[in-house]
Amino acid sequence: MKTSNPSLRLFAGAALLACTAANAPDYALKPQRIADGVFWFEGVDEHFTRSNGGNIANTGFIVGRDGVVVIDTGPSKLYGQQMRAQIDKASGGKPIAEVLITHAHPDHFLGNQAFAGAPIEALPATVTTITQQGETLSANLYRLVGAWMQGTEVRAPTPLAQTGERSIAGRRLRLIALTGHTESDLVVFDEASGTLFAGDLVFFHRAATTPNADIAHWLASLDQLQKIDFRQLVPGHGPIVHGPEAIAETRAYLSWLRDSLKQAAANGLDMVEVMNAPIPERFRKLAVVDEEHTRSVSHLYPKLEIEALPPAK
Amino acid sequence: MAQRYLSGAPVTMDDRVRVLMPQSAEDPLAVPVEVRAEGLADVVEVLVFADLNPLPKILEYFPKAAKPNLQFRFKVEQSTPVRAAMKTRDGVWHVGGAWVSAAGGGCTAPSVGTGSGLWREQLGEVNGRLWPQKDGSERLRLRVMHPMDTGLAAGIPVFHIESLSLRDAGGKELALFKPYEPISENPMLSFDLESKGPITVSGRDIQGNLISGRIGASPL
Repeated sequence: MKTSNPSLRLFAGAALLACTAANAPDYALKPQRIADGVFWFEGVDEHFTRSNGGNIANTGFIVGRDGVVVIDTGPSKLYGQQMRAQIDKASGGKPIAEVLITHAHPDHFLGNQAFAGAPIEALPATVTTITQQGETLSANLYRLVGAWMQGTEVRAPTPLAQTGERSIAGRRLRLIALTGHTESDLVVFDEASGTLFAGDLVFFHRAATTPNADIAHWLASLDQLQKIDFRQLVPGHGPIVHGPEAIAETRAYLSWLRDSLKQAAANGLDMVEVMNAPIPERFRKLAVVDEEHTRSVSHLYPKLEIEALPPAK
Repeated sequence: MAQRYLSGAPVTMDDRVRVLMPQSAEDPLAVPVEVRAEGLADVVEVLVFADLNPLPKILEYFPKAAKPNLQFRFKVEQSTPVRAAMKTRDGVWHVGGAWVSAAGGGCTAPSVGTGSGLWREQLGEVNGRLWPQKDGSERLRLRVMHPMDTGLAAGIPVFHIESLSLRDAGGKELALFKPYEPISENPMLSFDLESKGPITVSGRDIQGNLISGRIGASPL
């Protein structure tokens, strides 16, 4: 590259200025209204990067008569703070009645600091995992997204005392304990609007992540979600849907993943060969499918491949 | 690295030596790697090392009646290049490699087996199976139960498998595999052997515990 070209140098200088001006990271969160009093923040369909600051998951909130119920707090303290500022604006400054954490993955709970003072609750196994592995998960996110994480510290939720029908801040909610994406996955259903916050049990237009998955349990949980008479579903990642298509897409991808890995083990393939095997055309449209497929082979293959190897004599 | 591991022999970087692995290590305790030669004949020795690991040398492999291809998993301490050097009969090392990004910490963690104390009961147990291939070779997949402790975790001495010899039914040695500290706990390995019929595995660890097993083509 010729650096002596004056226009290029000028361009480089302008870029440097732009970088300096954009130094303070900003998630530019905008709540989108789903129904009366129900909002969500949409994450991007990407992996953790230094440009997206880890904002890859959807979060949401429900404004009740006496306060606000928050569902997940995002990947960092800054995200939590910016989310809370938007919630305060949308609710007219109502108190935070309760923060519900759907599961123990870092893009969903590392904004908890911004909600200090409010009850932050999760299913018991989620609390245990965050207590035991939160620091590791947080350190890894610092490595992946950098300065956006500044000041972020793990704040473990307290165990949810009660699931099922609950009235919180004057709003009737159904809190449903499921499993499969992780050991414990909390789903929140708002009765009045028919909105289902499905957490990471449902992905839409994006490949599912599996670091703590049990696919058989996950598929059974999808059957449970299918039975709920929702008017709209907020997946953990990807756009909102009104019909069964997101559940169906997640089910199809997970079923293919399970079957293809079993077949590969029966055929004597090793892990890298499985990672490099082609992905069927019908899943090519899912965001980050190559990366997630590679990760899923790491997560799921060790258990399946040994089932294909009998003891030596 | 060349001086230390390739003993002053001539070295050439060679695209025919392929190191295939994910760009990012999902599990720093078990990064899967496939090493293969594409169009490079007469390979007598394969050496794999990770430049930036505290213990760089991962394995040595001597294919006698086998392809120079093999697959294994290793423990990674930080992001590093992983290189395979293949020595051809004329004494030249052919080197290829790839880069893996990692959060790391894999080398300085105790093995799960040592941590739980359960390793003694299963030490040296072998699972495996053969898959005849269309080109007349056979794929051997093998798992040997062993903690493979690196010696870098506080209070846990180095303890790893020293050698595994693969022989056909007539006793002819097809290949010799020598793993070092970075190979993952309970090594899961794949080899492509030029043989037919059952394989005998025999070997030992650095404390002299013997490993042996006979492996056929039948599923469970």
